[in-house]
Amino acid sequence: MLHTFVALVEDKPGVLTRVASLFRRLNINIVSLTVGHSEKVGVSRMTIVCDASPTAGHRIAASLYKLENVLQVDDVGQLSHVARELALIKVAATPKTRSMVFELVEVFRARIVDLAPESMMIEITGVESKIEGLIQVLNENGDRILEISRTGRMVMRRGQHTSRVLEAMRVPGLETPDELKAEEVGSASDVLMAEEAGLRD
Amino acid sequence: MAGKSRATNQKTEQAGGQPADGATNGTRLTGSEIIWATLDGEGVSVVFGYPGGAILPAYDALRKFPIRHVLVRHEQGAAHMADGYARASGKVGVAVATSGPGATNLVTGIATAMLDSVPMVCITGQVSSKVLGTDAFQEVDITGITLPVTKHNYVVTRAEDVAPVIREAFLVAKSGRPGPVLVDITKDAQQASAEFDFAAAAPKPHRPHPMLKTESASILQAAELIRSAKKPVILAGHGVLQSGAYAQVRTLAERMRIPVASTLLGLGGFPASHPLSLGMMGMHGEAWVNEAIQKADLLIACGMRFDDRVTGTLATYAPNAKKIHIEVDPAEINKNVKVDVALIGDLKEALEALLPHLAPRDAKGESAWVKEIEASKGECAVRDISNLPDSGHLYAAHVMHDLWRATEGKAIVVTDVGQHQMWEAQYYKHDEPRTLITSGGLGTMGFALPAAIGAKIACPDKEVWVIAGDGGFQMTAAELSTAAQEELDLNIAVVNNGYLGMVRQWQEFFYEKNYQSTPLLSPDFVKLAEAHGIRGKAVKTRAEVLSAVAEARGHQGPFLINFLVEKEDSVYPMIPAGSALHEMIRRPEKNPLVETARD
Repeated sequence: MLHTFVALVEDKPGVLTRVASLFRRLNINIVSLTVGHSEKVGVSRMTIVCDASPTAGHRIAASLYKLENVLQVDDVGQLSHVARELALIKVAATPKTRSMVFELVEVFRARIVDLAPESMMIEITGVESKIEGLIQVLNENGDRILEISRTGRMVMRRGQHTSRVLEAMRVPGLETPDELKAEEVGSASDVLMAEEAGLRD
Repeated sequence: MAGKSRATNQKTEQAGGQPADGATNGTRLTGSEIIWATLDGEGVSVVFGYPGGAILPAYDALRKFPIRHVLVRHEQGAAHMADGYARASGKVGVAVATSGPGATNLVTGIATAMLDSVPMVCITGQVSSKVLGTDAFQEVDITGITLPVTKHNYVVTRAEDVAPVIREAFLVAKSGRPGPVLVDITKDAQQASAEFDFAAAAPKPHRPHPMLKTESASILQAAELIRSAKKPVILAGHGVLQSGAYAQVRTLAERMRIPVASTLLGLGGFPASHPLSLGMMGMHGEAWVNEAIQKADLLIACGMRFDDRVTGTLATYAPNAKKIHIEVDPAEINKNVKVDVALIGDLKEALEALLPHLAPRDAKGESAWVKEIEASKGECAVRDISNLPDSGHLYAAHVMHDLWRATEGKAIVVTDVGQHQMWEAQYYKHDEPRTLITSGGLGTMGFALPAAIGAKIACPDKEVWVIAGDGGFQMTAAELSTAAQEELDLNIAVVNNGYLGMVRQWQEFFYEKNYQSTPLLSPDFVKLAEAHGIRGKAVKTRAEVLSAVAEARGHQGPFLINFLVEKEDSVYPMIPAGSALHEMIRRPEKNPLVETARD
């Protein structure tokens, strides 16, 4: 099954290798891995999706914690969260066939970000299934896909969950307003979930 | 020679920083000087190393500091010595090597320390930061190479980073589950200067580990399991030594009348002479130990990791037992064996939290369970073989047994890997912690001699014995020179059967006696010792063993005994790899090694 981890790591050379090497060592395939800056200076945020046995979550998280550069690990698989992926898709399209693509883009709430005489570039954001849906429809329509670039999944837990580890470390730049100290605000979270369910795309 | 260099160190030490005294605020030193000043501040008095181009600036500065340098003959030896030093003393061992081949030669020793969770810091020189990544002379990506076999590693390219990184390396090496850490320092970082302030370079507190906490509910659950168990067994591992939880494990065993089985690395953590001690479990553990585990209704695993050499096939391991796992590394929980209660944290602290919840079991009279185990021991438990008639054969087990009697079980014994290692574990009874030093997890042949040199330097007042086979001894025999140069009072027993014995045993049992590539021609080890200026003696009969051991013990300086033992002897009992714990190959009926009640 697919596991999703969010790892906050030190922004230093070689940290990505250490994380990736750990999955290699455990003989677990990484499905996607996104890295970028977090809200804290010097701390990067990774979202790692991997395919492993249902019981592997604990061991993967514990092994990640054994890496000195890893500050916090969250196994978000079982928790309520928002997951998104961004994709750029370049399709072959002439002035004659463009309008079809425009229609599809409209339906999928995607955007055209580049238009050339013989191609168009689509930007789409959403859960994986939505992106795969667009790709499938493009294929079925006979639009030739020239290139696809996907970011892989990035996730964030719902509600007012925040990083306890960063608080404890007092990482420079981290201000923790008192109202955020409550780790989970259940009711607010539920409301947001309900809203999101309606919006789910 | 060593004495001379030490004297030189002392004469000139005033030139260096004295960070331990805290008088170094704002001292400007070179990166090289900072290396030694920081090590000094961390309490390091000896390092094991080998100089070379990329680490030369550091060696040039060494004379200014009160640190003893032991020159090894191969960097693998340096890593094993630092490892043996750490295991004998409980302190962090330090190895130093140059870049490239010097660094790669450390790798086997680093992996050995990693698998056995030994705190060690390795410092390697590296080519100048300006040429990093250009395949410069003797450049190798040692942090890349050692990434999976170190707890953590660092590259240092600036002099100002030397002190903070080395200090953090020490913290990482000894905190939590200990392990080796490598610090790779470029030549230009050694040559540049920086302000040195030992106190200011202190590492920030280790980041909190949210998985590393023992829930009080789990403590209560564990206590309830222990109270209600009828057939409990304590499994004592290396963690008992690492955590220093001897008293707590003993209290738990005595208070609740629970027998204690040890892993190979756990030997010495619970006194072998204690009535509740069962001895070593696992592949070459005695039948009654493994049978007790198979019959148990509760296993209390203390600082051990259910290694495959301990469990046999997992499908049939202790099928009736609930399991409590007390372990400092959360990644070990449910890794091999699914447990019912996990107490995550330092073993000593966890046991101290647990013990108040356990009222003593009625102290008078052994429990039926302890009696049942006693009864299952049968004749093979009578282990004093001193009355056995001399059959004219010299068995390695006799050597171990006589060594144990002669040293009264008080020596530090450092073994290599193979048959002699298992015989040592079976026949030398360790009552004290840190008196058996052996490569358990990685099973590194060539470990014994260099690790014993480290152990002897850590504990100069203790009697130290190397026990090695003829195969493993030759892997690092060059370190005889190191022992001679350091004038170490080290006793070396080579258990020589002319085979790579354990491999031969597997060939006998599982490969139809196809002794492919296991017969081994060795040099005359006595002459080899003499070539190093080391006294030596060959022993061929059982009658000579005790007198040779006495001669070695009485001799000042290194002494080697070449025990020419029975060639095709095997270690019994044995659980074939992948079998269940109770499916063991038992000792042959008439075994000359075991004195029965009738003898």
